[in-house]
Amino acid sequence: MAQAQTTNATTEAHGGAHADVGFPPFETETYGGQLLWLAITFVVLYTLLSRLVLPRLSGIIENRRTMIAGDLDDAAAMKTRAEEAGAAYEKSLAEAKGRAQTLAQETRAKLSAESDAKRKALEADLNQRLADAEATISGKKAEAMSHVDAIARDTASAIIERLTGKAPAPQKVEAALNQIKA
Amino acid sequence: MASPIEQFQIKPIIPVINFTNSSAFMIGAAAVIVGGLLYATRKRAVVPGRAQSVAEVLHDFVANTLVDATGKEGMKFFPLVFSLFMFVLTANLLGMIPGFFTVTSHIIVTFALAMLVIGTVVVYGFVKHGTHFLGLFVPSGVPGWLLPFIVVIELISFLSRPISLSLRLFANMLAGHIALKVFAGFVVSLLAAGGALTILAPLPLLMAVALMALEFLVAALQAYVFTVLTCIYLNDALHPGH
Repeated sequence: MAQAQTTNATTEAHGGAHADVGFPPFETETYGGQLLWLAITFVVLYTLLSRLVLPRLSGIIENRRTMIAGDLDDAAAMKTRAEEAGAAYEKSLAEAKGRAQTLAQETRAKLSAESDAKRKALEADLNQRLADAEATISGKKAEAMSHVDAIARDTASAIIERLTGKAPAPQKVEAALNQIKA
Repeated sequence: MASPIEQFQIKPIIPVINFTNSSAFMIGAAAVIVGGLLYATRKRAVVPGRAQSVAEVLHDFVANTLVDATGKEGMKFFPLVFSLFMFVLTANLLGMIPGFFTVTSHIIVTFALAMLVIGTVVVYGFVKHGTHFLGLFVPSGVPGWLLPFIVVIELISFLSRPISLSLRLFANMLAGHIALKVFAGFVVSLLAAGGALTILAPLPLLMAVALMALEFLVAALQAYVFTVLTCIYLNDALHPGH
């Protein structure tokens, strides 16, 4: 307690006029000075903030916002361009495919026409040869058949000559053969 | 030991122009705000550094609070609301430094700030809406016989706004600093008492540390509450119909 009183005394010595402390916030004689300096300070603060600091701060934020928006627009434009290029590529690809298909079709048609023609020519040739061969065969056959009579006549003459020891008259042999053929 | 309310004393520095420790800390707060924000934004970087991020967060925080309460047209009050928020916040936080004077622990300062807000509301309300501004006191859809009572209640509620706005901030700052001082005083008293009581001295010290943390929260929170209420009152000036 004694110590507390000494401290209080020191405070009084230093504080001077404020020795008998009431409740400072309710000391009305300080109000004028506080209001005066609050008004000065706040007006200066408001002016500096609204004229200098806030425009700068808002400017930074706004600048960033427009920059980001611009970048996004650019990105969107580039995306559109890329999509357009993609569409063009698809289109040219489809065209090329179509061209390739028609080309293939034409080639196939040409080739099949050619091979058809060749096949037909070959067939005709073969038929021709077949017909020729048949004609030859029938000619040979007729020739062979025409020789049969002479062979039969000679054979019959030879058989008779061996059996009888004397050659028969050709007319008789001829007549006998004709008799058999009939 | 010094009284817990000794810290609130107004001490003259230059008596001729009424310049006191309070004035010095007001100017200090303003200097910290303007200097800090100018320093933070000196590079005007697109990708902000730490200091610039804090400045932008403060800007966006106040702007969002204002727009949420009043809509886009409330942005014309942005410099005022931002100045109020920054001034109260900085004054509160500066007061947390041991030995520093807390500007907002004086009712006349908080009352002046509250009157600035209410004055702005009333002047802007009448200039913008004329007598239609008085519709603020006449809610729509109230039965005729009830209307006089409602108008009286609304009027009282409106008039009590500057009082509640200023008292809340003042009382929070005052009580917090007194509590801190009292608990810090206990530490000294217990140490001085000697013997078994000395061993107990760390307990109020822990309490003082915990209170310090709480007071930092209160310092920021009361600045925010003051700002939110300012925005809500400004909304009445902008849209008295509601």
